[in-house]
Amino acid sequence: MTATTATPGDLSVWDRVRGYSPSSRHLPVLATLALFVGMFGAGGIRYEGFADPQVVLTLFVDNAFLIVLAVGMTFVILTGGIDLSVGSVVALSTMIAASTLEAGWPPAAAMAAVLLAGTALGTLMGLVIHYFDIQPFIATLAGMFLARGLCYLISVDSIPIRDDTFFAIAAHQFTLPGGYFITPTVLVALAAVALAAYVLHRTRFGRTVYAIGGSESSAMLMGLRVARTKVGVYAISGFCAALAGLLFSLYTLSGYSLHALGMELDAIAAVVIGGTLLTGGRGLVVGSMLGVLVLGTIQTFISFDGTLSSWWTKIVIGSLVLVFVVIQRVMTRRQP
Amino acid sequence: MRKVLAHQLVWPTTALAVLLLVNVIATPTFFDIRMQDGHLYGSLIDILRNGAPVLLVALGMTLVIATRGIDLSVGAVAAISGAVACVYIAGSPEQGAASTAIVACSIALAVCVGLGLWNGFLVSVLGIQPIIATLVLMTAGRGLAMLVTDGQITTVNNDAFKRIGAGFVLTVPLSIVIALGVFCLAALVTRRTALGMLIESVGINPEASRLAGVRSRTIIWTVYVFGAFCAGVAGLMIASNTSAADANSAGLWIELDAILAVVIGGTSLAGGRFSLSGMLVGALFITTLATTIPTIGIPAETNYLFKAVVVIVVCLIQSPKARAALWVRRTAPLAGRATA
Repeated sequence: MTATTATPGDLSVWDRVRGYSPSSRHLPVLATLALFVGMFGAGGIRYEGFADPQVVLTLFVDNAFLIVLAVGMTFVILTGGIDLSVGSVVALSTMIAASTLEAGWPPAAAMAAVLLAGTALGTLMGLVIHYFDIQPFIATLAGMFLARGLCYLISVDSIPIRDDTFFAIAAHQFTLPGGYFITPTVLVALAAVALAAYVLHRTRFGRTVYAIGGSESSAMLMGLRVARTKVGVYAISGFCAALAGLLFSLYTLSGYSLHALGMELDAIAAVVIGGTLLTGGRGLVVGSMLGVLVLGTIQTFISFDGTLSSWWTKIVIGSLVLVFVVIQRVMTRRQP
Repeated sequence: MRKVLAHQLVWPTTALAVLLLVNVIATPTFFDIRMQDGHLYGSLIDILRNGAPVLLVALGMTLVIATRGIDLSVGAVAAISGAVACVYIAGSPEQGAASTAIVACSIALAVCVGLGLWNGFLVSVLGIQPIIATLVLMTAGRGLAMLVTDGQITTVNNDAFKRIGAGFVLTVPLSIVIALGVFCLAALVTRRTALGMLIESVGINPEASRLAGVRSRTIIWTVYVFGAFCAGVAGLMIASNTSAADANSAGLWIELDAILAVVIGGTSLAGGRFSLSGMLVGALFITTLATTIPTIGIPAETNYLFKAVVVIVVCLIQSPKARAALWVRRTAPLAGRATA
């Protein structure tokens, strides 16, 4: 597939541009990028004010928590697993944050408690999955029920967050040149993406994640640390879900047991649309971020249009997942 | 004794018995069944009636899981089924007529069979992983149901339709009769003919089955259609029980309850074997649990917590690795021989 067989010195710039074909690893992500740009272009032509850079920034602002969630999910799916618990962990995180703040904890301690709880739950699921050989689907399903149940144990009602620090962070805006703005949550989300990309591509842990997704038994025979990595990805996913829960509580300034219902499906859809193979072993974390942006664009599209009903979001997301899965299937069939 | 303990139905049945015992201790009149106006009433009847949709969905799910698949879309299919039936009845000129209800149910079930064909096509022809293939319909399905009902909760007024979920036949609630009827039919067809064995062989190895002359593709396709059909009937029951189609919350999480029922019943998610009687016990367990928790004075919302504990305990008991670990610890002197 690569066009670098001839010595590069003999080629003109045009030849190089014409001969460029992206490696198959990057192809799905490029497809997602093209989809995102295409949707945005279509929106810009159809609706006034759609092509404004602030609309793009607002996509990040509104979906910061989903980006963080998708980052964690990418790790799990790359190993060939799945994590259904993340939506419930987001709800649990908002509940822990709201109730600890209500009890008078300092904000830093509340945040630490949230992150610790999420990571602990993720680690627990990872241990059960690896050491007791229980399918990720079932183990994380139990985690999902557990987290939702714990939410109700804390409180059945919604708890408002009245902490000054949380208010300050939620209201803070960074002004960019040109009068545009972003929120601190966007920076957290982007940092999570950058850190995840670094870990996946520049560390031994990241390489092992891809190896397990390719073939777990081969990874085991190669002497890679399969156990540590497999438990690790679920811990990362739990941590990301807790972080996403913090961002979500900043976004809504409340804790509620019914927050983030079905958000795990959005996260999984974003990862799939981002071009990560659900059987594991292939995919980029940047793709998942683009996947979230595509989902966000669909919602922006519908809110700009005004005549389309909200349920079209679900139908379009479902169709996009279908298209991407079928394309993946065709591509993996061609190159086994 | 060990043989008895090793039987796959022992643990689920014990759990169900314990749960019923807890109920009797909490409310001594729990087992009472009384006759009123020629209808049976009582806690046990309520459990069976509330459990009928879960039982139906779990029935289809058992066969799907036996082929090493999974069907996440059943909740959405149930919502679509109820939506189609209610919208048809609401829009027909003779809203109250029995014929309208029959036509409405037929259309709804036909739509569900179509959705099952779609799932089966994605899985068996395109070869997409079942989780993902059915995830498509799970996400899009509720949107489709809302498209059908136009985002409204469509209420209907039709006595014949109301009977599916709330009616009685020969003193017994009709929904129980329907669910048990479909259950017996499925049990008969899978266990008295070769079909059950063929489904299991496809679950163990689709390719080897195909080479041995089993039509794996057709069988996989069929179980998804059957799963969607069962979900459709369950959706009709849910809609009929309230005489309304709620696209958002009808059958919400029913797929998870169904999968839970199947797993508790001892059917492995890895496919290759299934137990319909185990599934029946599992489905009864799930619905009894939902009834028990408010009965013993715990808020109904903590239901989830108990479900989580049950899933973990049941899975650990069934996991060979966990069993081995526990066994070694309990009989430490024999550990060497047991693991050798």
